[in-house]
Amino acid sequence: MKAKSVLGVAVCASAFFATSAFAQVKIAYIDPLSGLMAATGEHGLHELEFAAEQVNAKGGVLGQKIEIVPMDNKLSPQESLIVLKNAIDQGVHYIVQGNGSSVAGALIDAVNKNNERDPSHAVVFLNYAAVDPDFTNDKCSFWHFRFDANSDMKMEALTSLLKGDKNVHKVYLLNQDYQFGHQVARAAREMITAKRPDVQIVGEELHPLAKVKDFSPYITKIQAAGADAVITGNWGSDLQLLVKAAKDANFKGDFYTYYAGVVGTPPALGESGVDRVKVVSYWNANAVSPAGEKYLEAFKKKYGATTDPYTGSMHMALTYLTDAMKKANSTEPAKVAKAMEGMKEEGPFGPTEMRASDHQLIQPLFVLTFAKAGGALKNTADGTTDYSFKQDIKLDGPATARPTSCKMQRPS
Amino acid sequence: MQLFATSLLNGVTYGLLLFMLSAGLTLIFSMMGVLNFAHASFYMLGAYFGYVVSTKLGFYPALLVAPLMVGAVGALVERYGLRRAHASGHVAELLFTFGLAFVIEEAVRLVWGSLPVPYKVPPSLDGPLFTLYSATFPTYKAFMMGMSIAMLVALYAGLTRTRAGLVIRAALSRPDMVEALGHNVPKVFMLVFGGGAALAGLAGVIGGNAFVTEPAMAEALGPIVFVVVVVGGLGSLAGAFVASLFIGIVQTFAVAVDYSIVKGITVSQVAPVLPYLIMVAILVVRPKGLLGTRES
Repeated sequence: MKAKSVLGVAVCASAFFATSAFAQVKIAYIDPLSGLMAATGEHGLHELEFAAEQVNAKGGVLGQKIEIVPMDNKLSPQESLIVLKNAIDQGVHYIVQGNGSSVAGALIDAVNKNNERDPSHAVVFLNYAAVDPDFTNDKCSFWHFRFDANSDMKMEALTSLLKGDKNVHKVYLLNQDYQFGHQVARAAREMITAKRPDVQIVGEELHPLAKVKDFSPYITKIQAAGADAVITGNWGSDLQLLVKAAKDANFKGDFYTYYAGVVGTPPALGESGVDRVKVVSYWNANAVSPAGEKYLEAFKKKYGATTDPYTGSMHMALTYLTDAMKKANSTEPAKVAKAMEGMKEEGPFGPTEMRASDHQLIQPLFVLTFAKAGGALKNTADGTTDYSFKQDIKLDGPATARPTSCKMQRPS
Repeated sequence: MQLFATSLLNGVTYGLLLFMLSAGLTLIFSMMGVLNFAHASFYMLGAYFGYVVSTKLGFYPALLVAPLMVGAVGALVERYGLRRAHASGHVAELLFTFGLAFVIEEAVRLVWGSLPVPYKVPPSLDGPLFTLYSATFPTYKAFMMGMSIAMLVALYAGLTRTRAGLVIRAALSRPDMVEALGHNVPKVFMLVFGGGAALAGLAGVIGGNAFVTEPAMAEALGPIVFVVVVVGGLGSLAGAFVASLFIGIVQTFAVAVDYSIVKGITVSQVAPVLPYLIMVAILVVRPKGLLGTRES
């Protein structure tokens, strides 16, 4: 009796998995959907689902529909590995993740091991936002593709703007005390010394992640050092409170940032950020191509007029993935990954290329300034109706590329 | 000199802010013996109610209405939740308030979403008040300091100089006697808990727009108010005040110091975790806190 029912369940289950595996390309989205970073995770999920809907509306890829499987990793590397195992058991061959390089690092290791042990369940990792440069240098992997610019490329863009700004003489580096903050500080020091030897770095500060309530003492210190610009990788409340404190104390200098555009931050910055906060991004809503404009309009129609699909790397990742599947005429991970190497696509801001040597997407980058919306700035920053981002400079793909130390190991 | 003066001002400001945040917690603990883990959640509710009311009626009415709303929520929580848990002892109370914090956070997320709401400082309090050297001092911060001191005075006077305060204090130590004298002790406790929640709510109305009003704000604030209360002495209002100023000033000055403790780590780098170090040290040296009277 018992054996019979178990058998029955097994038959049902295998039938279920068999049909869904045939009909669909499953993509697991492994990111925080609860807890402190839930808002960011949800925004990313919206963009991924929207990009998948666009593909499916055109008939899918190779006759198969794309199905997004959201999986909450609570921003924890351990949790992510459990979730990854689940995904693999469900027949998922493609995963998307972006929040937190600590998570991405753990996933890359796990994917490498899994693919070596069990090639029939191989997994390709599409990284849309984890920016640790190591992932496309010493720790590069054949199975990992990055669609965001890494933190060094972003610093390259920020310092390109700084290079031309003769009003800046003294720079202060203020960062969160963890891996990413350290990398931002290191890259800033190296690149400023190389590009503007006359600029003095008057202070370097690290503070614990998300622990500081009042940034006034830091602003006091920055003012006392006579700085006229601050470079910071801070995100979330650490960026919002920093900028508010700067406005309160009437600090006149600019903030060169990485994450002023992400969900929640533009409305929190509000007036205090105007003409004061600069951000490096591959997304500039007011400079998209006509095709990109259509995409943007459709996104706003679905998710609200004040939303901004600033995670354009999601759309790029799916474009690359589906075109690689068509090129390989297969959805088999190893073939698709091979096909994706060196591929080129026209992005919303110009040509892009998935560099074969390290799997880093080479794409145009912008440095933008938080500004009042209106006139040419008709697309507003996410969650706001009054604010937008104004372009300072645009760097084309090749200008953002940096050498890589990657020695890619490809499966034979 | 410039750095010293500005740092001192920043330190006192931050200290008074900490006091404002922890006053309600101290009130509830000293008068009821309940360590309220959901305190920061009431602070968050205050910020959200303040945001809603201020968009409808303006900021100044919100300053009165929102804390009353939070106080009402607090009173209901005491009447229908905490009072039952109280019968099973202190551990049950602790666990109850601990769980309540999660419930409130999820409720806030469901109602207002997980993004920050655009809760702004009112125009009449926006802008600089005076300039110290090259840095300006915002009017709103002065307003927060004033409110904090007003809270201290009102609480102190209310508890020691009024008849109601007398009854409340008596209800804590001799509930049977107070009841025998014809006072409704459970109602007194309900009002005290509601009052403490209202104080947290008031801090939320004032702090919500100075900082960021989002569902994570309670979690970010929770630990620091406990540090203040533990260092000051559990249940001591004066202790909480002294501890707030002490922690505020120490932390602010530590940020300004670039001296390396060990290779690669400076004093300023650890400044935000200093309050926790102070708490541990106090617990080792003087477990009842700076001005505390009880041992437990």
